[in-house]
Amino acid sequence: MCGFVGKARIGAGGSPPSPELLARMVGTLRHRGPEGFGRYRDHRIGLAHARLALVDLSSGDQPLADPDGEWWIVFNGELFNHHQLRRELRAAGWRFATTSDTEVVVQSFRAWGTDCFRRFNGQWAMALWNRAEERLVLSRDPVGICPLYVHEGHGSVTFASEVKALLADPDVPRGIDPHGIDQTCTYWGALAPTTPFAGISELPPGTWREYRRGSRSDGVHWAPAFPPSVPSWTGSLETATEELRHRLTAASELRITSADVPVGAYLSGGLDSSLIAMLGHRASRGRLQTFSLRFADAEFDEGGFQHRLASMLDSAHHEVVVDRQDIAEVFPEVVRHTERPVLRTAAAPMFLLSREVRRAGIKAVLTGEGADEMLAGYDLFREARIRAFWARRPGSTVRPLLFDRIYPYLAGLSGRAKGMAQSFWKVGLDLAGQPGFSHDPRWRSTRAALSRCYAPGFAEHLATSPAPGPLGRLPADFSSWEPLAQAQFLEITTLLSPYLLSSQGDRQLLGNGVEGRFPFLDPDVMALCHTLPPSFKLRGLDEKHILKRVGRGLVPDEILTRTKQPYRSPDAVCFVGPAAPSYVAEMLSVDAVAAAGVFEPAAVGALHVKMRALAADERGGTPSNADNMAFTGILSTQLMFHEFLAGPVPRTAPEPAFSVDVDHSTTTPGPTNGR
Amino acid sequence: MDADALRAELRSFIAANFLFADEATVVDSASLLASGVIDSTGAMELISHLEGLLGAAFADEDLVADHFDSVDRMIAFSAPYLQ
Repeated sequence: MCGFVGKARIGAGGSPPSPELLARMVGTLRHRGPEGFGRYRDHRIGLAHARLALVDLSSGDQPLADPDGEWWIVFNGELFNHHQLRRELRAAGWRFATTSDTEVVVQSFRAWGTDCFRRFNGQWAMALWNRAEERLVLSRDPVGICPLYVHEGHGSVTFASEVKALLADPDVPRGIDPHGIDQTCTYWGALAPTTPFAGISELPPGTWREYRRGSRSDGVHWAPAFPPSVPSWTGSLETATEELRHRLTAASELRITSADVPVGAYLSGGLDSSLIAMLGHRASRGRLQTFSLRFADAEFDEGGFQHRLASMLDSAHHEVVVDRQDIAEVFPEVVRHTERPVLRTAAAPMFLLSREVRRAGIKAVLTGEGADEMLAGYDLFREARIRAFWARRPGSTVRPLLFDRIYPYLAGLSGRAKGMAQSFWKVGLDLAGQPGFSHDPRWRSTRAALSRCYAPGFAEHLATSPAPGPLGRLPADFSSWEPLAQAQFLEITTLLSPYLLSSQGDRQLLGNGVEGRFPFLDPDVMALCHTLPPSFKLRGLDEKHILKRVGRGLVPDEILTRTKQPYRSPDAVCFVGPAAPSYVAEMLSVDAVAAAGVFEPAAVGALHVKMRALAADERGGTPSNADNMAFTGILSTQLMFHEFLAGPVPRTAPEPAFSVDVDHSTTTPGPTNGR
Repeated sequence: MDADALRAELRSFIAANFLFADEATVVDSASLLASGVIDSTGAMELISHLEGLLGAAFADEDLVADHFDSVDRMIAFSAPYLQ
């Protein structure tokens, strides 16, 4: 993957961005593409690119023009089916000057227009520019694996892979968007197009946008859709298992063989990554390199399962052991990459892991990300099913006993002591059958945990202008979907895209110049998963039932039958106690909190005192979920504000050296030779 | 301790430990669970604080949300423990 920036005049007159501005902007993205910089300018636009070379190492430099010089492109990501599309295009008479997948993208666009995005199997963000027609097209992959941010103003549109590149342009405003913060404090991520930054939007996943001589049009090329909006799988569970195994195998092979460098694999110790690592191992030419996170806190560690699989694969296995101090020390750098608040520290270990990958000389990894969303792996899906069952007879004392099945610690509580825990899920039971029922407990408790600390002015602003939520923009046929499908849609659009693939995914991978590849997010795999009946995914309360069948014979039985362990890392405890880094107190000081204007200094102070008291308590108490989320969310908001909005000038990077540098700003528009 | 003193203690504890705000923001009749501010760990904190104030250890069968979901409910439940 890579990073890019661009700025185009969309109104009359004006001048294109200066070479210096483009250099400053793309220089902030060096971590995404440390292997080469390119720049293009004409009378309307400037484009710049930072390259991470994975395919066509010799001729894949960007910006790149088609062989007729009509369209220029900057592209971040991968087109996994570029061989197949190249053959189709050649047969239709299109020429190619390089072996780069990026050239296939631009020729596909010329051949098929915006319909080309539906033909792509890949992960991307891109900008295409036609100089003669003055057309700018932006596009993002289906689920939002690759990022793209946009600012419109002063007769220009400015776009970049990361917000920090936009903020390097003095024309881009620097301020907080309360909606983006409040969404993050509810759903864990801002919902595109909203971001935590005023005046900066995110191109939503699965969409494209075209600017053409002052007008703008938007289109959707992908959105999650479930039966009856798409045909339902009519075969048996056995045939579906075979088909899923076939598609996952193909998706993993494609992601291994489409790189001109070795691809490694993440191993968490769970089913999803174990299965993907096994399929990757079978497709690899050489010995697979695997990478795992270990935790000094035994509560979070899965080392045993990781070793079991690594030895079965005979992989070159790497481990990163993370303790609380590591998390606290690296957290400011992690937030510099997330560019939004996070309510958990889980992104920090992921950053340390990708650093190890890069040190080992690997630039791309397969992961199991997406399996839980596509095949209903999360407790939330099981919880929603039990709550729906309970809601049919809210007076029942037997129905809620099912929670024991998914939360084993409940079974340890004697008699009616469970009642207390159960009452948590009873709130909102009357919403059964309505959109959002599955997610109501999580959204409500998350927002309550954070909003109790909002500054009064910030809370008032939100009261008069509430942040838009996901339920206001559901697909027209949403209510005709099965309850599980509805929950999956919400999980994909409100957590997978804005948080897992962004804060915890792309940003922590590309922060160290490593690309993630996700077989479960292959379009053919997703399409199959969405057609499957709910009972194939969540059979009773057995999560990812069909995937366990796929895994039989491929991964050890102990991994198929083990209890699913959610990926977690220590949260607030990292930042309090004797070894707490000094930045924590600075960021949470009355002045710093008041300057950001999001949280109330007194409330933040009280929470900080409570966490410190807990850390000092020899009996070793554990912070509640609400306090953990609030503390981590507040600290990261403060770090984000301090890094991007508090100072007068954004960080400056060393001047990039451009290996491609095309200047057409003084020549007549019209098709020219691309180079 | 009488009911008024207990009420004051509970309001102060909830304000300081869960709302991180002035006591004036505590509504005695409001459901703490429905507000989302108290989760299962929070409930444990609250119950052990109440046990401490009353010098009591509640029986399992008393640990139900009906007894602890608001300041008013806790006052009512605590009546037998108060002088």
